[in-house]
Amino acid sequence: MTQQVEKREKYDQYLADFETFKKSANGHTWLNEIRTTGLSTFNATGFPTATRGNEEWRFTNVGPIARKAFTYPFKVSADSVTKEQLKAIAPWDDKWTTLVFVDGRFDENLSSPAIQKNGVTVSNLDAALDSEKGLIEQHLGRYVESDKNGFTAVNTAFLRDGALVKIADNTEDTPPVHLLFVSSERSEPFVAYPRSLVVVGKNSKATLMESYISLTENGYFTDGVAEIVLQDGAQVDHFRLMREAAQAYHITTTQVHQSKDSTFNSTSFARGSSIARNQIHVALDGPGAACTLKGLYLTDGSEHIDNNINIDHLKPHTNSDLFFKGILAGKSKAVFSGRVIVHKDAQKVLANQSDKNLILSENARINTKPMLLIYADDVKCAHGATAGAVSDDVIFYMLSRGLDMETATRYLIQGFAHEVIDGIPLDGFRDYMDTYFVESLPAYTFQMKRPGRN
Amino acid sequence: MTSPKVISRKTSSKDLDQDYRWGFVTDIESETAPKGLSEDVVRFISQKKEEPEWLLEWRLKAYRHFLTIQDKEPDWAMIKYPKIDLQDMHYYSAPKKQGDGPKSMDEVDPELIAAFDKLGIPIQEQKKLAGVVEEEGEPGEEDGVRPPGAPSQVAVDAVFDSVSVATTYQKMLEEHGVVFCSVSEAVKRVPEIVKKYLGSVVPYTDNYYAALNSAVFSDGSFVYIPKGVRCPIELMTYFRINTLDSGQFERTLIIAEDSSYVSYLEGCTAPMRKSHQLHAAVVELVALDNAEIKYSTLQNWYPGDKEGKGGVYNFVTKRGKCQGVNSKISWTQVETGSAITWKYPSVILQGDNSIGEFYSVALVNNHQQADTGTKMIHIGKNTKSTIVAKGISAGKGQSTYRGLVQILPTAENATNFTQCDSLLVGDKCGAHTVPYIEVRNPTARMEHEASTSKVSDDQLFYCQQRGLDQEEAHYVIINGFCRGIFKELPFEFAMEASQLLKVSLEGTVG
Repeated sequence: MTQQVEKREKYDQYLADFETFKKSANGHTWLNEIRTTGLSTFNATGFPTATRGNEEWRFTNVGPIARKAFTYPFKVSADSVTKEQLKAIAPWDDKWTTLVFVDGRFDENLSSPAIQKNGVTVSNLDAALDSEKGLIEQHLGRYVESDKNGFTAVNTAFLRDGALVKIADNTEDTPPVHLLFVSSERSEPFVAYPRSLVVVGKNSKATLMESYISLTENGYFTDGVAEIVLQDGAQVDHFRLMREAAQAYHITTTQVHQSKDSTFNSTSFARGSSIARNQIHVALDGPGAACTLKGLYLTDGSEHIDNNINIDHLKPHTNSDLFFKGILAGKSKAVFSGRVIVHKDAQKVLANQSDKNLILSENARINTKPMLLIYADDVKCAHGATAGAVSDDVIFYMLSRGLDMETATRYLIQGFAHEVIDGIPLDGFRDYMDTYFVESLPAYTFQMKRPGRN
Repeated sequence: MTSPKVISRKTSSKDLDQDYRWGFVTDIESETAPKGLSEDVVRFISQKKEEPEWLLEWRLKAYRHFLTIQDKEPDWAMIKYPKIDLQDMHYYSAPKKQGDGPKSMDEVDPELIAAFDKLGIPIQEQKKLAGVVEEEGEPGEEDGVRPPGAPSQVAVDAVFDSVSVATTYQKMLEEHGVVFCSVSEAVKRVPEIVKKYLGSVVPYTDNYYAALNSAVFSDGSFVYIPKGVRCPIELMTYFRINTLDSGQFERTLIIAEDSSYVSYLEGCTAPMRKSHQLHAAVVELVALDNAEIKYSTLQNWYPGDKEGKGGVYNFVTKRGKCQGVNSKISWTQVETGSAITWKYPSVILQGDNSIGEFYSVALVNNHQQADTGTKMIHIGKNTKSTIVAKGISAGKGQSTYRGLVQILPTAENATNFTQCDSLLVGDKCGAHTVPYIEVRNPTARMEHEASTSKVSDDQLFYCQQRGLDQEEAHYVIINGFCRGIFKELPFEFAMEASQLLKVSLEGTVG
C-alpha cells in the first residue's frame, strides 16, 4: 500500500510539470489534443512497474524510474554545453547536418543551419509546426503504440522540441543527418523527452544517426520516441549510439513503418546504463519491404540493458534479418527479446533472428528470448541464440602463438564485436565506433575461474 | 530397431473413417463424488481411499493454498478456451468394485475388459503382453499398430478413470524388488517412501493446476526401483477418462534409487464427449546417484471435432529431478490428441554430471492448440541437456514451443543444445516458438536454434513423381521430419506413434 502512495506522488510531479508545460509550449489546438491524450493515457497506465505476469517487462524492473521524481527542464541556459565538448565525445563530421538537443530542448547555436529547400526539411519540430503542419499532422504519433506504453504516452504529452526530417520523393543526395541528444550537468534529476519524426519519400535515400550522449555523471532519465516512415521504394541507413551515463535511465522506442519495396538498415550500439531499454519496432507493411537490424551491446558494473525488438511481417514477400551481439562483464544484466510475427496471409516471408552473447564474468547474467510467431505457411524463418565464454582451446591456441593473456582476450573480444562494427557503411560513424569500442572495453582479462587452470 | 512399418496402400486411412477411433462410452456403475470442489470433497476422496492422516493433511494444505490462488488461472500460454468451471465437475469417480476388488482377471467387470479390448490392451490375455502375439488384428488395431513378433514385454498398470483396476506382472517385478502399483496402494505398502517424495519435485505451491491436483488427486502410478536394479521390463500405464464430465487428476511418482534404471511408458485415449474435459495431472520423477529414468508418453486424447467442439483440456505438470550425481532423466513425448495441451516436462539438473533430455513431437490439426515445451534447470556442475522439439501444425491448429533453459551460477561447464523445428501444413495454422534462455555462468555453453517452414515443394514433387499421392507424400515427409524423435521411443510405441501421426494428419491436404 505504501508503495502505491509513493508512486502516485512521483507521478504528480509529471502532472504538475505538464500544467506549467502547457502554458509555455506552442499552442496549436491539434497538437494540444495529442498532448492531452498522451497525458491521460499516462495517467491511466502509469509506468509498467509490475514484472510478474507482465510478459513485456518481465526481466526489466522499471520501479526505480517510477519511484524517482524527475523534473522537466523548463530552463536551459544557452552556454551550458560547448561544441568542443560535443566533438570530444560524440561522432562528429562538419559535412553532416547535425541537430543538437540539450536535455531534450533544441539548441540552435550548436546545431547546423536548418535545411528547408527542395522538399527536404531538417529542422526542429517546433520551428516547422506551421510550414509542415500537414505532414506532421498526418504522421506524428500515428505509428507508435502509445495506448499501452506509459513511457511513450508521457513522451507524447511533453511533445515539443523534437526533430523533423522530411525527404521528398526521388531525392538521393541529402547529406547524412545526425540527431544528437545531450544530457548536461544539472542540479536535480531531470527527464528529457527526445522526439523525432522522419518521413522519407518514394524512392529516396537517407542516412540518419541518432546519438544519445551524456556530459554528466548524475542520474537522469531519457524517455525518447522516434518514428521513421519509409514510403514506397525508400531506403534508410540508420545508426544509433547510446552512450548514457552509468547512473542514467534510458527508455526509447524507435517505430519504423515501411511501405512497398522499402529498405531499412539499422545498426545500434549501446553501452549499458542503470536501466536501459532500446525498443525497435518495425512494421513491414508492403510487399518487398526488408529490414536488417544489427546491434552490439556492451555492459559492465551493475548495468542493465534490454533490447526489445518487434518485427511485424504484415504483407507477403517481406524479409527481416535481426542480428545482435552482446558482451557482458561485471555484474551486469542483459535482456534480449526479439519477436518476429508473420501475420496471416503474409506468405513468402524470410526472417532470421540471432542473438549471441559473450560472457566475461561470473556474475553477469543474460536473459534472451528470441520468439517466432507464425500464422502463415509459406515462410522460412529461423532463429538462434548462444551464450558462453571464449573456449579454452581458442585461448590456448593464441597463448601458444606467443600472445599474452591480455592481448589474446582483447583480440577475441574485438573479433567478436567487429562482425557488427565492420558492417557500418558510413565512414565517420564506423571510425568513431572503432575507437570508442576499444576505449570502452572493460579493462581486464578473463578473470573468472577457468576449470583446469588458474 | 527396425524401420517403421511402411503403411501399405490397402490399409488406407479412409478405412478409419477419419473419426476418432476411441470414441465409446463404457457403461459401468461408478461411485462418484457430487459435483463441485470443496473441503468436503477433498475429505471424501481421502476417506474413500482410506488414506492416512498425513496425506489428508497434505491434501488440505494444498486445497487451502489453491483457495488463495483460485482467481489466478495462468493466462500466459498461447491458448484460448472458455473459462473452466471447477464447480461443475466430478472430482472422484471409481469403477464399482466387486468384492475384494478386481485383483484377478475373473473378477473384473466384463464391460471393463471389453473397454480395454477396444483400447487394444488385451488384459485378459496376459501372455500377449509377454510378446507372443499369436493372432493379428486385435479389436481396434486392424492396421497393425502392434506388429507380430514385437519384443513387447510390458507391464500394464491401467488407470480406468481414477482407480487402477488391474496390475499385471506384479510377481515378476516383486522378485526384483520393484514396486509398481497405484499411488493409493503405495500409500499403504510403502508409506514412508511416498511421504518422503510426494510433492518433493512438484510442490503443491508450484502452480495453479499442481495445487488443484494435489488437493484432489485421485490416483496414478507409483514406481519404486531399488538400488542397483535394472527394471527387467518396460512399465506401462494407460489413462482413460470415462465418467461424463469427470476431471481426471492423476499423480504419478517414480523413484529410481542409486544405479537403477527404468523405462516407463504412458499412453492415453479418451472417449468422445460433447463438453470439454479437464485433465490436470502431476508427474514427479526422482533419479538418485547414477540412476536413469526414461519416460515416454503417447497422448491421443479426444481432440474435439472439426469445428473445435469438445476435446480434452490437458493441463499437466511434469517434472523430474536428477537429484544424484551422474543421473539421467529423459522425456519423450508424442502429442497428437487433446483440444488443448499445456505441458512442459522439465528436468532439474541438481546432481553433478547429470543429464536431461527432452524429445517431443506435437501435432495439431483442426482447432487443436498446443503450448508445450520444456524447462531445463542447470544447478550442478557439468550438467548437460538436450532439447529436440518438432511441431507440426495443420488445419487451424496453433502450436507453440515454449521452453526455458536456465543455467544457474553454480552450474559450471553446463551445456545445452536446443533445436525446435516447426512444419506448417496449410495456410490457416500457426507455429510459434517462445524460448527463454537465462545464463548466469560464463562457462556455460548454450546453443539454441529453430526453424519454421512448410513442407518443401521439391520434396513433395519428388515423392509424387515416385508414384505416391499427395496425402501419402505429405505423410512420408512428415514422418521423416519426426523420425529423430520416434527413434527415442520404445519400439511398439514408435510404431503406434507413426500410425497416430498418419491418422491425425488425415484430411489436411488436398
